Amino acid sequence: MMLVSFLFLPVLAAIILLLIKNNKTAQWTAIIFSGLTLLVALQILNTPMVDFNIAWLPNLNSRFILHADGLSKILILLTAISFPAILLATANNEYKNRNVFLSLLLFTEAGLMGVFLAADGLLFYFFWELALIPIYFLCSIWGGEKRIAITFKFFIYTFLGSLFMLAGILFLNAQTSDHSFLINSFIHANLTSGEQVTAFALFFIAFAIKMPIFPLHTWQPDAYEQSPTAVTMVMSAVMVKMGLYGILRWLMPLFPAAFMAHTHVVVLLSVIGILYASFIAIRQDDIKRLIAYSSIAHIGLMNAALFTHTQIAIQGALIQLFSHGINVLGLWMVADIIEQQTGTRSMQQLGGLAKKQPTLAILLVGFALANIALPLTNSFVGEFLMFTGLFQFNPWMAACAGVSVVLAAIYTLNMVQKVAYGAISEKINTMQAPNKGAQAVLIILLIIVLATGVYPQPLFSLTADTLQELFVK
Amino acid sequence: MNAIIVSTLLGVIMMFCSWGIKSQQVQKNIALIGLFILIIANLAHMYGWYVVDYDTKGMLTYSFFGLYANTLLFALTFIYVWINGDEIAKIGNTSADFYSLFFFILCGISVLTSFDNLLMLFIGIEILSIPLYILTGADKKNMFSNEAALKYFLMGSFSTGILLLGITLIYGATGSFHLTAPVVSISTGFAQEQILLSAGLIFLFAAMNFKVSAAPFHFWTPDVYDGAPTVFTSFMATIAKAAGFIAFINVFNSQYKALGYSWTLLLTFVIIATLLVGNIIAVFQRSVKRMLAYSSIAQAGFMLFALYGKSEISNEAILLYAVVYSIATIGIFAVLVKMKENSFEAFHGLGKAQPLLAFATTVFLFSLAGIPLTGGFFAKYYMLSALLKAGAGLWLVIVAVVFAAISIYYYFKVIQAMYFTAGEPAINPLPNQYKYQLLALAILLLILGVFPNLLLNYLYF
Repeated sequence: MMLVSFLFLPVLAAIILLLIKNNKTAQWTAIIFSGLTLLVALQILNTPMVDFNIAWLPNLNSRFILHADGLSKILILLTAISFPAILLATANNEYKNRNVFLSLLLFTEAGLMGVFLAADGLLFYFFWELALIPIYFLCSIWGGEKRIAITFKFFIYTFLGSLFMLAGILFLNAQTSDHSFLINSFIHANLTSGEQVTAFALFFIAFAIKMPIFPLHTWQPDAYEQSPTAVTMVMSAVMVKMGLYGILRWLMPLFPAAFMAHTHVVVLLSVIGILYASFIAIRQDDIKRLIAYSSIAHIGLMNAALFTHTQIAIQGALIQLFSHGINVLGLWMVADIIEQQTGTRSMQQLGGLAKKQPTLAILLVGFALANIALPLTNSFVGEFLMFTGLFQFNPWMAACAGVSVVLAAIYTLNMVQKVAYGAISEKINTMQAPNKGAQAVLIILLIIVLATGVYPQPLFSLTADTLQELFVK
Repeated sequence: MNAIIVSTLLGVIMMFCSWGIKSQQVQKNIALIGLFILIIANLAHMYGWYVVDYDTKGMLTYSFFGLYANTLLFALTFIYVWINGDEIAKIGNTSADFYSLFFFILCGISVLTSFDNLLMLFIGIEILSIPLYILTGADKKNMFSNEAALKYFLMGSFSTGILLLGITLIYGATGSFHLTAPVVSISTGFAQEQILLSAGLIFLFAAMNFKVSAAPFHFWTPDVYDGAPTVFTSFMATIAKAAGFIAFINVFNSQYKALGYSWTLLLTFVIIATLLVGNIIAVFQRSVKRMLAYSSIAQAGFMLFALYGKSEISNEAILLYAVVYSIATIGIFAVLVKMKENSFEAFHGLGKAQPLLAFATTVFLFSLAGIPLTGGFFAKYYMLSALLKAGAGLWLVIVAVVFAAISIYYYFKVIQAMYFTAGEPAINPLPNQYKYQLLALAILLLILGVFPNLLLNYLYF
């Protein structure tokens, strides 16, 4: 039953929120409910969970099954941390119809939780879409100037991808011996190698668009830039993980032969994407766009690591799923505080943050260093393992991807230098200290960054069962 | 048999209603009571109670599927009248006449769900079509309505001629009008009979395609749907069309399926052409009403998948699709009827001005687009699943989903107009009751979107 509460709590909160007109009450209701979800998430970390399993559509043989292993747990933890953090950090931002905004955000949380828990193909598809639709409204109503066209592009892109996945699910369902949608039946479906490649392609397109992988990434920077920052945080910290999760949970076990046959192509695409995104990031002046491109590069690296199919790289990616979420959350929050207070995201107009707001500058530097995977920060562990695996897979690819570490240092430190140092610019001069909630959240996130960087063992043991599942069988 | 008799009687009663009863509201209520009686009569038949038990010598056979389809279509008509009654009253002198025509159409539908003989197919289609011609031209003072009616009538008669020609040729080949009569197998028959049969079936196929507005026989649809009074467009595009599909399936899933491969090839061509024409042209429409006309062509393309072959869930698929599509379309037309104009601009700012109505409209559009959590998703899902189980290639499913993605574009244009563009919606004042009726319809779609079984379980009794 505990697993159901991950869906039940956010949905309940979302419905209650529609009735609350007062902004402050609405904000606190959302925070409390997402906080409760976080408590439940912490609760399940060390307990082996019983599947939640009831009949849903008996004629179709589809069941409502929720299953949580290490992979699910680490992403649930990330989701559960992200939402209260985002809600607290952006509590002072202005939104019209705040209760609707928050309600849609919590619907998204339910959808994301469902994606990470579903062990039935049709159910998975259901949640996959449920997570997307509120985002469409959130971005289109509360986004920036060009929001409508850009969100529409994003929506059609991802919707087309998920329809391909639906075709794949239908196809697999027809091939299983018991005509069900259970992931175990899918795994044991009898596919010829040609069929496996087709189904693999159908699933992979959906995941690749979601992550996104070069050359399907074109929706992303615009969408991140135009979305309200709270939504951007959800998208880049949690939502992109849906694609990586999909690969680990569905693609890899379902189509092992097709997966192995395409490792080189996909790793190559990822490496191209990493370099491409890193070079573009160097040229950015807008902080939000810079983080967006840097995020494409990081996700590309994780995807490449998954497709090396080496145990060590996948171990790294599993940890990085969590770490990247935390880092990028921190970066967005600092960027949001700066934007809210100064009204600009252009680095040329910023400068001197360290003199004016030293605490904020320290936090920015902390997350920036985590973003370039400096030792002692959390991403160092993950990236080190991933590069090791990538090197085993193909040294040339590893070398090319490795350049991105240097590039990351260039664009991230360049940003830090322009924003934090130099003469105090006009815009920065007007800045106040960020509110207590946002500051507390940022400090907690930074503590997580350092703690998991110094002692990542809990994350390793959390994901041990997934790794075993993938490699021992 | 019950449904045919009762609907005819009710049609006649409604015809005379307008003499004694002047209140449009009372007429509407009588029609609703009549529909309720009709549903009861049909249910009684399903459970073995007959008004008259008459041997039709194989002209009609009653299957549970046909009777259940009757029930659903009658129920949809009930919903349709319940919501649109006041709007119908605004057209013409008295709405009882129109209700009378509806009952005759329902009589035609009852024939179409149970015929076992090509002659009955012909009669059913005629009973269905002639009232539709009248309804199209119901707005006598409006030139567009008149033009549409004339166009529909001419094209419709022409296609009926082709239907008759097809039936004649088939009779020539097999010597019988019965659907169950032995069909000359393509490989073993005499050459001349083969040609007669193939030609006859192609004519029949073309005529049926015309009735359900599948490409390349769709050209009448946009003009007729656009010209007809919006309330009646809603009826034509939903209930009448769904009946056409059930008849279509009845013919082509019978003996004539023996045509085999060449038949499937023809069907594939028609399906892809229909999806292509409907979806692509809908993208470029400036009027919501015309967009919905093309979208109904596109949806017909999806429903044609049910013809692809018989599988264990193809019956479920067509029923679910017809019902869900009809509910959503009735809903969206019910909104459109209240708009002062049919352009997308009329919807600007509706989300703010009428939140409930906008929410209901969003659900209708989501359902038409096939987004999960609405009935439309499962309708499309069942259809594609039935398609795969009938042995179609995966590529056809992929084609279908690509077109489904294109359809997002034009359905979401309405949503964008409602929520993301500020403005004053050009909408007539609405009674609260009307909003709640539409909201109820939207909630029905949401329920079907999570538990489609509520509708389908009956098929297993």
